[in-house]
Amino acid sequence: MAEAARRVQSGPPKRIGVRGWVYAGRYGLDRYLYILQRASGLGLILYLFLHIYETGIRLRGEAAWSATMALFRTPVFVVFEFILFAGFVFHALNGLRLIFAELGWLLGPPTRPVYPYRTSIRRHRPWVYALMVLTGLFVALAAWDIFVLLD
Amino acid sequence: MRESRWWILSLSAAALMVVLLTLHMGLMHLSGLMKVLGVDPGDVRSFAAVMERGRSLAQMVFYLLFLGAALYHGLYGLRSVLLEVTPPRGQGVLSGLVLAAGLLAFAYGAYVTVRTFTG
Repeated sequence: MAEAARRVQSGPPKRIGVRGWVYAGRYGLDRYLYILQRASGLGLILYLFLHIYETGIRLRGEAAWSATMALFRTPVFVVFEFILFAGFVFHALNGLRLIFAELGWLLGPPTRPVYPYRTSIRRHRPWVYALMVLTGLFVALAAWDIFVLLD
Repeated sequence: MRESRWWILSLSAAALMVVLLTLHMGLMHLSGLMKVLGVDPGDVRSFAAVMERGRSLAQMVFYLLFLGAALYHGLYGLRSVLLEVTPPRGQGVLSGLVLAAGLLAFAYGAYVTVRTFTG
């Protein structure tokens, strides 16, 4: 009885805890996009702090700035730059899609619930595929620029 | 201000960032591609180019807007993630810490931008 009361007060047990941030089980594609949106966002905010520090190096003069830029042209940093760009492209395009969905756009007009049901998520799905194609295209262009054109 | 208004502000910052960040990333990270398209921005990361851009009033306004929008949107998102694992008692402290980090980063970034502008 006391155990039941405790469970009512504290809610259901958090069975997977923080692991739930990266594990979406049998949820749909949208849930995995949500996880990627979070992961890319966290990466970008971490980078933003490093970037603010790095831009401040210009105040220490040309030598310090040039040394930092030379470091950023090393292969490890070039790969980081590509990952950063890919993260930005995905986060921006998926974020735009989410803003549109939040505002009720791209979800189609409301319809009567007639079987077989067609949810707004399904009606929205073509936009998800369009987003993935566009993200892939921009990431491929960035790879061409970063690894080939500026090599 | 109600939480929903902070959320709308974060969405607005995101929409602004899509424009500002696309310009920034295109110029700073895709200069090879821009050259292929017939626009040669030169060595955009050289010290001379960075300082020259920094002395333009339009660029200063652009970077200050960019900095504010990026920090607000990013830290609002970070706070939302961290609130999920923070007990109710600590949520005020967490919000305060995130706000302090944002203000410090904005102050430093704005200082660098304004110092570059004034020479």
